[in-house]
Amino acid sequence: MNWRRAAIAASLTIPVVALFAYGLTRDPREIPSPLPGNPAPPFALTVFAPGEPSLGRPIGDTIRLADLRGRVVVLNFWASWCLACRDEHAGLSEVARLYAGKPVTFVGSLYQDTPEAGTAWIAELGGQSYASVQDPDTRTAIDYGLYGVPETFFVSPDGQIARKITGPAEPAVVRHVIDSLLASASAAGTP
Amino acid sequence: MRYAVLCAALALLVGGGELLGQSTPSPPNARATNPTPGPDSILEARTSAVAAQLRCPVCQGLSIQDSPSGLAQSMRALVRDQLAEGRTPDEVKAYFVSKYGEWILLAPKPRGFNLVAYLVPVFVVAAGATIIALAVRRWTGATGRADAAP
Repeated sequence: MNWRRAAIAASLTIPVVALFAYGLTRDPREIPSPLPGNPAPPFALTVFAPGEPSLGRPIGDTIRLADLRGRVVVLNFWASWCLACRDEHAGLSEVARLYAGKPVTFVGSLYQDTPEAGTAWIAELGGQSYASVQDPDTRTAIDYGLYGVPETFFVSPDGQIARKITGPAEPAVVRHVIDSLLASASAAGTP
Repeated sequence: MRYAVLCAALALLVGGGELLGQSTPSPPNARATNPTPGPDSILEARTSAVAAQLRCPVCQGLSIQDSPSGLAQSMRALVRDQLAEGRTPDEVKAYFVSKYGEWILLAPKPRGFNLVAYLVPVFVVAAGATIIALAVRRWTGATGRADAAP
């Protein structure tokens, strides 16, 4: 009789424990993005921070993803209130300078912030080599499935999202991704 | 003639200021007291229904309908705009799933491993009912035997 009771208890408990154990192997904060491997959502956004003359764009210019076909596009979402964005700022600016003259375009996109605060933040951190754009109503950020800043998207020369980095982007990783995209583009014969 | 006067009076009452080219400011609680919902309140209700099914990406278990965060409000505004453009609620949800994955749906689709979330409560209730039934049968059986004993 005791064996029967134990068997019933075990048959009820073991599946529940197994389910919870499986739950422990998963990170509830991890949000898998369906975007890498898919066409990058188009955008046309207005520049509010020009960047350096060789890499940037004048204030008021519209940067369109469609015009950047054939180039690797590094799209970085940031905000002046974002602490982690400070960590990656200098590194991203420096990497952008390294690729001056190559078919690589860096674009900063301001997220849930005002251009005034963004401009002051860039000045406080000693400038930004590439241009930053405004994203009214956060529409482009939502189009890219953004759930926080910083997030960095790499668009391949054929317009596909190749990779996404959540959190501060390490310069070495950024360079590695750009190099591999440039290499595969030249292997495929794309400029 | 009396009929025409009556119609004109009714039209003035119903149409009010609009017929006379006036724009009278609505009282603050006009929407609450209006018995027939206007297109705005219908759109608002449809927006709320869809927004309540979408998860806020920057919150813990809140829908974009319930979250006051900036991103949730922007997403809710986008839901509203897409519905106003004529998209169906399913198309709006599909748009968000294409951007954030199925994670964005507060209620997972009942298929594959997701079925666990739907079936486990049914099994738990069934198991509980069985245990209660067995226990009650045993207690009543024991009482019956005790009563039958001399």
